[in-house]
Amino acid sequence: MKRTRRSFLKFAGATAAAGLCFSPALSIASGSPGHGSGPKVTEGSKHAQRWAMVIDTNKINTKEQILELEKACHVWHNVPHIVDEEGNPTKQELKWIWGGHFHEVFTEKHNNFPAEEIENREYPLLCNHCENPPCVRVCPTKATYQRPDGIVAMDYHRCIGCRYCMAGCPFGARSFNFMDPRPYLHELNKDFPTRTRGVVEKCNFCVDRLAQGLRPACVEKANEIAPGAMFFGDLLQEDSEVRQALREHFTIRRKPSAGTEPGVYYII
Amino acid sequence: MKFHYGMPIFAGLIIFLGLVTFPLWFNAPSEAYKDPEPKLPTEAEVKAAGFDTFACVESTQFMREKHMQLLDEWRDWALRDGKRSYTNAQGQTFEISLQKTCMKCHTSKKEFCDKCHEATAVTPYCWDCHIEPEGYNETH
Repeated sequence: MKRTRRSFLKFAGATAAAGLCFSPALSIASGSPGHGSGPKVTEGSKHAQRWAMVIDTNKINTKEQILELEKACHVWHNVPHIVDEEGNPTKQELKWIWGGHFHEVFTEKHNNFPAEEIENREYPLLCNHCENPPCVRVCPTKATYQRPDGIVAMDYHRCIGCRYCMAGCPFGARSFNFMDPRPYLHELNKDFPTRTRGVVEKCNFCVDRLAQGLRPACVEKANEIAPGAMFFGDLLQEDSEVRQALREHFTIRRKPSAGTEPGVYYII
Repeated sequence: MKFHYGMPIFAGLIIFLGLVTFPLWFNAPSEAYKDPEPKLPTEAEVKAAGFDTFACVESTQFMREKHMQLLDEWRDWALRDGKRSYTNAQGQTFEISLQKTCMKCHTSKKEFCDKCHEATAVTPYCWDCHIEPEGYNETH
């Protein structure tokens, strides 16, 4: 047969068409991952477009109550309690949730004669899971990142301990592991890792619990102490419990002028 | 033909060969290399840990060769993508978690992980943070 340009092009076209038909079948037959294998979102986990928290400081406002929240959180997440010989907190202390006085918490200009009761409250503090998180922006290794649902999470594997995020966070929500935390951990939650010396850590909005369909440890504890003290839900869902709480109460957020858009609201 | 500097050259060569082959003849009288034998969980242990099937997440050969890549991918899926369930080619689903899945069956770091890691002289720092079920104080 004489090979003409026409017959060559016809043959090439037919081969390409056959290849397109057979290649999916071939790739399945060649032992690539079967149908449905690979990673999936766990069934029964909690989801939101933007997780947020509302804290009713009329109900949670004493050191003792906040200590209870701290215990619930820190035991679950293996956060050590580092104190000096007299039992006072040290500079090596690690905190995911802690308490603060009105003027350390809401640092912006307030009226000159604030209501005494409100001024004397102790406010529960935690990572605000900001919409514009400065810690994420400054992290040189992307160890801190923002999930699509708004949670500012950390991958401790990547943290090099440079502490830029601690300098970047306007809320002091981050702690550095100056030493191995394990000797300070007395009861270990074996379902959650600890951290190691040289990494920064902070509240993770209980992303691990949400994946198991549980609510955050502090929210559960707070509602145990005083029902309706803490709300947790999707900020972008109009009928969520946080939106309900925000509709019904006057709330403020910490340091609004920093422009980070915190996800933690305080009912005053 | 005259061989210039024959004496120092050959003496140097002999010394050189002696040094290069040092590991071979120095270790010759010692025991032959044995494959490490990590302790694998028994079927009863796997059942007790709450798994329906005896098989590991992937085949033994795959786990032997690629468990580090698997763990690496698992970490990114769980942390970055929020996907914490892993389905293998056989259609079995596992929770993506070193402590809550792997170590439920492989209950001893010493008897399992360390066996090969020591033989191959690698020191992964998984257990700086992840809690091994037993004896973490001994090895930490």
